[in-house]
Amino acid sequence: MDKVAPSISARQTWHRLRRAFRLGLKSLRVHGLRSFLTALGIVFGVCSVIAMLAIGEGASFEAQEQIKNLGSENILVHSVKPPEDRKVSDAGSQSFVLQYGLTRIDLRRIEESIPGVLLTLPARVTKDYVWNISHRVDCDIVGTLARYPIVRNHRVAQGRFFTEREMDAKANVCVLSSEVVSSLFPLDSPLGRQVRIGSAYYQVVGVMEDRGSVAALEGPQDSNRGSLNRIFIPLETARERFGEVYMRERSGSMESERVELHEITVRARSTEQVRPVAEAIRGALAHGHKRKDYEMIVPLELLRRAERTKQIFSIVLGSIAAISLLVGGIGIMNIMLATVTERTREIGIRRALGARQRDIVTQFLVETVLLSGAGGIMGVMAGLAVPWMVTHFSGMRTIVVPWAPVLAFSISALVGIVFGIYPALRAARMDPVEALRHE
Amino acid sequence: MTPPAPIVSLRAVRRIYRMGEVVVEALRGVELSVDPADYVSIMGPSGCGKSTLLNVLGCLDRPTSGSYFLGGEDVSTMDDDALSSVRSRRLGFVFQSYNLIQQLSVVENIEVPLFYQGVEEAESRRRAEEMSRLVGLENRLHHRPYELSGGQQQRVAIARALINDPLMILADEPTGNLDSASGVEILKLFDRLREMGKTLVLVTHDPDVSGRSGRTIRLRDGQVESDVRHG
Ligand SMILES: Nc1ncnc2c1ncn2[C@@H]1O[C@H](COP(=O)(O)OP(=O)(O)OP(=O)(O)O)[C@@H](O)[C@H]1O
Ligand SMILES: [Mg+2]
Repeated sequence: MDKVAPSISARQTWHRLRRAFRLGLKSLRVHGLRSFLTALGIVFGVCSVIAMLAIGEGASFEAQEQIKNLGSENILVHSVKPPEDRKVSDAGSQSFVLQYGLTRIDLRRIEESIPGVLLTLPARVTKDYVWNISHRVDCDIVGTLARYPIVRNHRVAQGRFFTEREMDAKANVCVLSSEVVSSLFPLDSPLGRQVRIGSAYYQVVGVMEDRGSVAALEGPQDSNRGSLNRIFIPLETARERFGEVYMRERSGSMESERVELHEITVRARSTEQVRPVAEAIRGALAHGHKRKDYEMIVPLELLRRAERTKQIFSIVLGSIAAISLLVGGIGIMNIMLATVTERTREIGIRRALGARQRDIVTQFLVETVLLSGAGGIMGVMAGLAVPWMVTHFSGMRTIVVPWAPVLAFSISALVGIVFGIYPALRAARMDPVEALRHE
Repeated sequence: MTPPAPIVSLRAVRRIYRMGEVVVEALRGVELSVDPADYVSIMGPSGCGKSTLLNVLGCLDRPTSGSYFLGGEDVSTMDDDALSSVRSRRLGFVFQSYNLIQQLSVVENIEVPLFYQGVEEAESRRRAEEMSRLVGLENRLHHRPYELSGGQQQRVAIARALINDPLMILADEPTGNLDSASGVEILKLFDRLREMGKTLVLVTHDPDVSGRSGRTIRLRDGQVESDVRHG
């Protein structure tokens, strides 16, 4: 009769647990809607954790990609029309030439006096129409050097970039950005064809790779910032064709400005050198520029800033996630406390029939863990679906890092245990006689 | 021939309830022994401590003082886990209000005590079905308690009390909620258990019930007033 020893084997423990799970499912099904609503708190918590992480990760990935495309060893210096001059010319003074921005002297000073500089790349930007017979596009015409693709990490997609020799010969060759191609040559390949700018024809030798929104960061940060429509021609060709004075008509009066170089890209020897080189450029430019007519972009610093932003973002996100899971957990605890009260009688019966306190704890914990676990699974599924839909409908990039669902699910299970333990203990510690008398 | 060792042996058992200033002495020195195969009924006026005594006998409650030996084990000094184990292995309970678990089927209700002993599922199902035949409910195995009459529910409770082959079955007014016909059914079942050699202790207000038992104990103010063996 007493052959059942009080200590039970691992196998029996496993059996008990399995039956406890089945029993828990049964109890949860009794109040199906209530269980579902309770689990919903966790569903939203877990879902929001995964979705927000995915969106945040996607956004920061995109930003970092853009910045990396600019070159993490690069420093970009742009000419900027100084604000006070803008006012003067707006005041309507008739025809004087406004001179500002970077000069060839600046370029030489940077090249020669700063030791950490590996390469420099000057560029002139003129705005004009580019024609292919009757197709017309308003373009940034970028006069630059043959090493542009190397320095700016911008690959040639079709054909080639222009060569040193073509530069020396001031040849009329050009390379198009992919955006220009789609407007000028919608149907056929532009390679070998001619485009017209003003009265001169240029032969298309190559097409640049599509880099999407990177261009938004490339131009100077003023009103006429970089356009996506770009056409690259040799620097000397540009100087010869367009001169250095740029004229345009504005509200009746002619406005002319003279800018030697619109942009200088400086590549440092290594990423460690970027900061000192940037400082040195500031120092070098301070001599020739009394007004602030240039602007410097250091992609590496942008990258660092983006990383810091991401960290802050992660903390904010973590807090929101923690709060939403906390709310879910409180919901579970609330319901479990109600359940324990409601099932006081059952607890009394089970205790009378031989359940130990820990059997009761197990029973109620299993229920909360089932609730939060089911909520967690649903939340993971929803959390995978939401980023997918965001990408699908808005085109925004999202990245679900593999540990995010794992983390979110583990937290939800943990929440079940943490918030289930108190109601379960309360159930177990009830006096069996009192519990049996309940109701 | 030496008399058989008693199943229950209570010595000077007191149970005192304290609620702040108010002290209620529900049991004041109860002396009692129950022998194997005894069929004992406990009677007495309301509030005399019958339920309290039964709870102590059932190891649901511990005496404030005194000693209680159950099947040779001193249960008055056991901790909660050990008492749970004693309840699951050696005792069977039948309550006035049946106390079945509503979300479990008949057969699952009968199995509950074996669950807490860690008995294998197949074995426990087999024994539960055997018990259901004993109480005549083999056709209702998968019904829920609320689909049964009071008498049937009480029979489920009896099957549940028997399944662990207990030393003693305790019943607190088992017929209290039943009409006389169903009550008689239950009492007939108890008679059969007695023939099978089971030990029964039940609390009742009904002289007819106590008349069918083999021994009547009267309580008054928490003490044994009389203890008579009969039929
Ligand atoms: N948990 C408790 N707290 C305080 N007093 C209690 C408690 N349980 C029982 N009592 C008191 O102990 C005494 C005995 O109660 P008990 O329930 O054993 O009576 P009973 O004989 O079963 O009565 P009845 O026939 O009405 O069921 C009563 O005076 C009761 O008020
Ligand atoms: Mg009573």
